[in-house]
Amino acid sequence: MVGVANTSRIEQQSTLHGTEELVINMGPQHPSTHGVLRVILKLDGETVNDLDCDIGYLHRGTEKIGENITYTMFIPYTDRLDYIAAPSNNLAWVTAVEKFFDWEIPMRAQYIRSMVGELSRIASHLLWLATHALDIGAMTVFLWCFREREMVLDLFETAFGGRLTVNAFRLGGLHEDVPDKFLQLTQEFIDIFPSRIDDYETLLTNNRIWLQRTRDVGIISAEDAMDLGLTGPIIRGSGVRWDLRRAKPYAAYPYLDFVVPVGENGDIYDRYLVRIEELRQSTRIIQQCLDQLPGGPVTCKTPRTIKPPEGEIYHSIENPKGEFGFYIVSDGTTTPYRVRIRPPSFINLGGLKKLCIGQLVADVVAIIGSIDIVLGECDR
Amino acid sequence: MDMALEVAVAAIKIFIVVNVVQLVVAYMIYVERKVIAHAQLRLGPMRVGWHGLLQPIADGLKLFFKEDIIPDKADRVVFVLAPVMVLVPALVVYAVLPFSATFYITQINIGLFFVLAISSLGVFGVVMAGWASNSKYSLLGALRSAAQMLSYEIFLGFSVIGPLMLAGSLNLQEIVHAQRDVWFVFYQPLAFIVFFVAALAETNRVPFDLPEAETELVAGFHTEYSGMKFAFFFLAEYASMMVISTIGIVLFFGGWEGPDFIPLPGFVWYCLKLGAFMFVFIWLRATLPRYRYDQLMRVGWKFMFPLVMLNIFLTGFLKYLFL
Repeated sequence: MVGVANTSRIEQQSTLHGTEELVINMGPQHPSTHGVLRVILKLDGETVNDLDCDIGYLHRGTEKIGENITYTMFIPYTDRLDYIAAPSNNLAWVTAVEKFFDWEIPMRAQYIRSMVGELSRIASHLLWLATHALDIGAMTVFLWCFREREMVLDLFETAFGGRLTVNAFRLGGLHEDVPDKFLQLTQEFIDIFPSRIDDYETLLTNNRIWLQRTRDVGIISAEDAMDLGLTGPIIRGSGVRWDLRRAKPYAAYPYLDFVVPVGENGDIYDRYLVRIEELRQSTRIIQQCLDQLPGGPVTCKTPRTIKPPEGEIYHSIENPKGEFGFYIVSDGTTTPYRVRIRPPSFINLGGLKKLCIGQLVADVVAIIGSIDIVLGECDR
Repeated sequence: MDMALEVAVAAIKIFIVVNVVQLVVAYMIYVERKVIAHAQLRLGPMRVGWHGLLQPIADGLKLFFKEDIIPDKADRVVFVLAPVMVLVPALVVYAVLPFSATFYITQINIGLFFVLAISSLGVFGVVMAGWASNSKYSLLGALRSAAQMLSYEIFLGFSVIGPLMLAGSLNLQEIVHAQRDVWFVFYQPLAFIVFFVAALAETNRVPFDLPEAETELVAGFHTEYSGMKFAFFFLAEYASMMVISTIGIVLFFGGWEGPDFIPLPGFVWYCLKLGAFMFVFIWLRATLPRYRYDQLMRVGWKFMFPLVMLNIFLTGFLKYLFL
């Protein structure tokens, strides 16, 4: 195979023989671009010389919609951003808006928010693991993961009625208290889930082929990752212990005990290990939430019409995919003056070029998988 | 008169074998779908017939009646010829395969050589398909296929030399007779490992299914094919899986012969062994991820090639000493 180092020699050759790079168009209907991402690859044989991302196929003008509807009405729209982990987006929006006020959110609501947030992290990571493994050819993991993701979606259904777009939280707390059945089913899920994680790991973690496909592929250094503004499991895979649940705690996270896993090499394998460990840590967090869950009301007293004072705020939370933030400018009326979303997928996708150049086509697929993007929030 | 009779018998045998092979292949796809489905907590085909038993027939009919699309920019002649070029060699090989002591179409003294020579023709069809489709994904798939099949052909060829040296014949019948006492897999474990890996690569099975890596190349060399032409590729792939398995059984597992204390007809033994081979193929597919192109080549040339050479040397050396 021809590496990057030999590029100049190839250039000489190509002028001699009149050969040119092969430009192939991957997506938007390609099975491994996880939605409607379009990647334009310039290949030399199977080595990637250059690549360009073309996004926007799922642009729905969410930010503009936000300017025309009230703060409460925007919550269901956030569901459709990172639709793999909808409750996380709800959480980001409600905590951002609540920052305008000095409401005292009841502890029960905070704990349920954390718990549901972690469930959505599990749902998101399971989908990531399923599709990532499928991209690398391990088909069985795909369906195993979906078995558990289905259980999480059932939990959402029990608590909020919706499965994919749940519209889970309200400004000031929750719409109503979760049913006891939800807590009971969550406990059951938490009891079996760790053994299921072991199952996935049996298939992948020490599998020689998996190691060969993921180790030392798609490496990004901690410095580069920070320069590019990458967040979430990618930057933690490169060894930076940056997690907003720790750095700027929200909801019930200040009272919860968990470890922020980090990798060393910043390759695909480390990102895989980080996410697998996060699955385990999420399980731990949910267990603690269930144990410590206080009683009492689930919503504080909020005014009938939400009218934040004039001003601007930025608030972000640790989404399964990275830092998910809202920048809101309020002009004192019932609708925001400006809503700006900081989507982790969009910014993490910025690292794709750096990760892919010099790798092979098969690696591009693996790398896209390891970044874990959702085009819903990327294109907004 | 005798001549005419012989031709007639041969024609009938060919008719039976070709049709049975097609049917078996169709049901092998069914078995594969079922086994993988159960490994993945699914049920697989359930709707057509009892537990989906008629599914292969329904699929065949569907493919038969599907619109046959030839892309505008494709090279029409080559595009039409390619599936035939893939399927025909895969079926021709059955001419010399021994299914039991008495049931075979013909017996030639260079049987094994014939199998290897004819089955390697399939790669032409693959390259033709990739080229004629005039699509970049197909071309990449075809190039991968060509490189992979050619290199693994070599290891496959070398791995059968060990058993050949022990049997002292290229005739598949005689190779089986030579294993009446002990299966060659016990004498030739190294050769068998190399053979098995090469067989996986040769038939484009997981973990070496790069040419058709769906998630990278969409479907590889047959992306642009539809209807019966696509079915030809599919049939050819499974038919050559059966060929390779049969060769493996003949060379290493005593062909249709079973242990004496279980009295079963030779053909049943053959079917049992074939089933076991197929099951391992499917099992691997349900378990393993896929190698990358360069890793596949590395496994081949840096690991298997020395191994198989060592095996030939050892076999020759030991044979010289003890036999």
